[in-house]
Amino acid sequence: METIDIARLKSGEVNLGTSIMAVQFKDGVVVGADSRTTTGSYIANRVTDKLTHVHERIYCCRSGSAADTQAIADIVHYYLQLHTQMSGSPPPVHTAATMFQKLCYENKDALSAGIIVAGWDKEAGPSVYNIPLGGGLFKQPWAIGGSGSTYVYGYCDATYQEGWDRDQTVEFVKNTLALAMSRDGSSGGVIRMCVITEDKVERLFVPGDQLPKFWQGKEVLGSEVPRSAELAGAVAMAVDA
Amino acid sequence: MTSIGTGYDLSASTYSPDGRIFQVEYANKAVENSGTAIGLRVKDGVVLAVEKVVHSKLLVPESNRRIQTIDKHVGLASAGYLADGRNLSNRARDEASGFRENYRSPPTLQYIVDRLGLYVQAYTLYSSVRPFGCSTILGAVDKNGPALYVIEPSGVAYGYRGAAVGKGRQLAKTELEKLKFDELSMREAVMEAARIIYLVHDDAKEKDFELEMSWVGTETNGVHLPVPKDLFDEASRKAKAALEDFE
Repeated sequence: METIDIARLKSGEVNLGTSIMAVQFKDGVVVGADSRTTTGSYIANRVTDKLTHVHERIYCCRSGSAADTQAIADIVHYYLQLHTQMSGSPPPVHTAATMFQKLCYENKDALSAGIIVAGWDKEAGPSVYNIPLGGGLFKQPWAIGGSGSTYVYGYCDATYQEGWDRDQTVEFVKNTLALAMSRDGSSGGVIRMCVITEDKVERLFVPGDQLPKFWQGKEVLGSEVPRSAELAGAVAMAVDA
Repeated sequence: MTSIGTGYDLSASTYSPDGRIFQVEYANKAVENSGTAIGLRVKDGVVLAVEKVVHSKLLVPESNRRIQTIDKHVGLASAGYLADGRNLSNRARDEASGFRENYRSPPTLQYIVDRLGLYVQAYTLYSSVRPFGCSTILGAVDKNGPALYVIEPSGVAYGYRGAAVGKGRQLAKTELEKLKFDELSMREAVMEAARIIYLVHDDAKEKDFELEMSWVGTETNGVHLPVPKDLFDEASRKAKAALEDFE
């Protein structure tokens, strides 16, 4: 059974059928990911770390082929170290995103990689860049990616607001990922998050048995569901029409 | 080998016994014969000015420019062999566009100067080539603010607030040292630049010269451009007037 449509993986290739996201707020960015790595229907790793450090204040969220995205992140990590040594200051997030973008675009036929680059720098402050499958580069206030993201676009569009603080942003990332992981068969496990600010990078961890629950957490079937008068009215009107 | 000289000056790849490379020093001599070029780094921009010696009345005015644009925000003025200066500016343009290609953002002047320094230095290593016969002033406004550098034939590059190369550099430097760069506006810097070029020009030796000026900064929205005609004319007029007061 092939559930992944975003990538043309070789048979047996390890896949990050993933839910990843990054959201910027005033002082920094929050990046988050599920932890599932699969080969077909087998979960090769249930506690994967898909949040990859490429520089002091720049992380990337990896989706697609595990091998491809690890290799790309390694290359960018190397370039960024070189860049830092030559220029004498930490690179802007934009520079890192451009490096990812070039690699992804120029090798698009050979790669399956969907990457979100996020971090903090002196020039722009917090920023989030999305690099989807073809190798485009898009600056966004928030980005979601991986197979699980398709289930939660509506939730994100309806929920996200500008001006959140750190805790609100962390809550949003946690909830979005929990929802994506609950609907996407190739996402799951635990939630890993990083809060990247000027001062530090803070790692957060939500165990698999402490994921946020929504309506599904309650006993629904067989319980008394009070019939809303409003709903009844709407139905009646529909009948009238 | 012929018996003229010591033989230590025949190649850039040979040191003299006291550790000098004569070919590089000769290259500096080539710069010293050239018309003066100066650069001023003030609080909101950079102004470049050169004294272009007109060796023939048949030359079209404003041709053979000695100030070039390297990138939108970077200007280059050279003193010495004009052809060497043009080769260097070509290389500078390649470096700038290469940076844009790789990083999708404008290069800092520091980056361009570092790369050009390596390039110029490579011409002091081999017997098959001659060092660059030009000193180059580069000016820009980048993400770190206004920047001004000089690259010498040896390949060294220094950052300056005011820089002068070419024949009149000594006098130009003493004039530059009197200026308060942190307080000058770009417009005031244009006036000073024109005044200094007119001042250092030696009427007795060279008959005719053409002033060339460019600037980059808040006045130009961060773009390297020639100084506009009205301002240029005003600066030239005032420079001539100041010269008469001086004498």
